[in-house]
Amino acid sequence: MITEIFSYPFLVRAMLIGLFVSVSASLLGVSLVLRRFSMIGDGLSHVGFGALGVSALLSLQPMVVTIPVVVASAFILLHFSEKKKSGDSSIALLSSSALAIGVIAVSVAGINTDLNAFLFGSILSVSRSDGYIAAAVSAVTLFSYLFFYHQIYATTFDSTFAKATGINTGRYTALLSLLTALVIVVGMRILGSLLISSLIIFPASIAMKTQKTYLSVSILAAAEAVIAFILGFFASYLFSLPTGASIVAVHMLFYVASIIIREARIALVGE
Amino acid sequence: MTLIKGSDITLGYEGQGILSGLSFSVNDGDYLCIVGENGSGKSTFIKTVLGLVEPIKGKIEYCGGLKKNEIGYLPQISGIQRDFPSSVMEVVLSGCLNRHRGFFYTAGEKRKAREQLVRLGMEDRISSSFQELSGGQHQRVLLARALMATEKLLFLDEPVSGLDPKTTSELYEMLRELNGAGITLMMVTHDIHPALNDARTILHFSHSGYFFGTKEEYFNSEPGKEFMKEAGHDN
Ligand SMILES: Nc1ncnc2c1ncn2[C@@H]1O[C@H](COP(=O)(O)OP(=O)(O)OP(=O)(O)O)[C@@H](O)[C@H]1O
Ligand SMILES: [Mg+2]
Repeated sequence: MITEIFSYPFLVRAMLIGLFVSVSASLLGVSLVLRRFSMIGDGLSHVGFGALGVSALLSLQPMVVTIPVVVASAFILLHFSEKKKSGDSSIALLSSSALAIGVIAVSVAGINTDLNAFLFGSILSVSRSDGYIAAAVSAVTLFSYLFFYHQIYATTFDSTFAKATGINTGRYTALLSLLTALVIVVGMRILGSLLISSLIIFPASIAMKTQKTYLSVSILAAAEAVIAFILGFFASYLFSLPTGASIVAVHMLFYVASIIIREARIALVGE
Repeated sequence: MTLIKGSDITLGYEGQGILSGLSFSVNDGDYLCIVGENGSGKSTFIKTVLGLVEPIKGKIEYCGGLKKNEIGYLPQISGIQRDFPSSVMEVVLSGCLNRHRGFFYTAGEKRKAREQLVRLGMEDRISSSFQELSGGQHQRVLLARALMATEKLLFLDEPVSGLDPKTTSELYEMLRELNGAGITLMMVTHDIHPALNDARTILHFSHSGYFFGTKEEYFNSEPGKEFMKEAGHDN
């Protein structure tokens, strides 16, 4: 079966892009989940859906519309969550408004628009040019994350201390929002706007159940993202299931497993 | 040489003033104790000097080539989440990130981090998880992190809260040594001992105003005598 998959170039391409995006999303997720920003990923994916709908209506290139709109929303949302603690409601307002705009735009645009692909992704129809964009975005994300690993840690752990001692925390928060927005835009092609935030939230949440240092949480999150993607991808091929949903289902199983492992550990060691 | 100065500053939050007309200066090698009743604006003063809170009026100036990345800080209340996954070593090393270049922490930086932890009696907790420490142990780790960040100046906001008496006197001893080695200290405290024994300058806040002057001037002034009396040193 594996050789069968590798004999189709479009499957190989889909798989590589998916792996890249999964790892990038999982690393960003560690910082976002720890800063209680995980809902931002969810909000941004809905904004992405709205932007896709509008681009279909105006027959514009999807990336041209979604990238600037989602990036701008990311900055606005992070700014609100930093300043006021009322980030929750502003995210909910923004995401439902964007969904409404998207649904209206799609219905006006008519039957040519594939609503299903917008909502649930279509990894197998990823074009060559989309593939390049996804690969470039993931490479930039991975590189920036590794290069600024310590600064992102310090900003996530205690931004007040970091700022007081001369670290430009505003710059790293902006970097994080930019990367999150980009990963969501390219990831939406794979998982769709309804499921993309799971790539951000699941790996970090799973790793945090059992790991106690930032480094081990980051490593386990990335590893879990890779394994869940591969298993989900093969399962969807083997059983002809929707790809995005299969990947999320694998994450869900890992999440349940991590809870069981943690509880078992507490019961055994009495930690 | 003056490191930090401000004149006619108004402290406060979002247009709500706490204290106005504040003028002060901190010299290189100074040991400044900031004292005064709860809610009088001591923490706000520190945060304003650190640039975390904007003054409502006036401007704080860093002089004598003092840079932000030469400053260490121990907050009174940290915003750190209790369940944050992090090792003690990761926390302490993040203190020297302000002057760090390159990707990996150097052997020298790691040695220094270990030394700070040993000095604070945390040697057997170096590889522990930060979540699993007690309140006083948290305080010690955050102190170690503040020491890592310090090159010229150290801000401490009630550093001994949560520390046991032995650790408290060891900390005062350590601060004396640091000050002797040329580090400038600014410490908020409710404990009269460091103010009486070690400080050079005192900044006293109260709801009706402030006092800024040398330790000798302070303990001869009304607020200083009052503080002595309240602390039971009025003989
Ligand atoms: N983030 C904030 N926003 C608005 N007002 C604040 C904020 N933090 C503190 N205050 C107010 O500013 C005043 C001074 O507070 P501050 O924390 O500076 O006092 P303090 O002298 O450090 O007191 P303590 O001895 O209790 O630590 C208080 O009246 C407090 O209610
Ligand atoms: Mg205070």
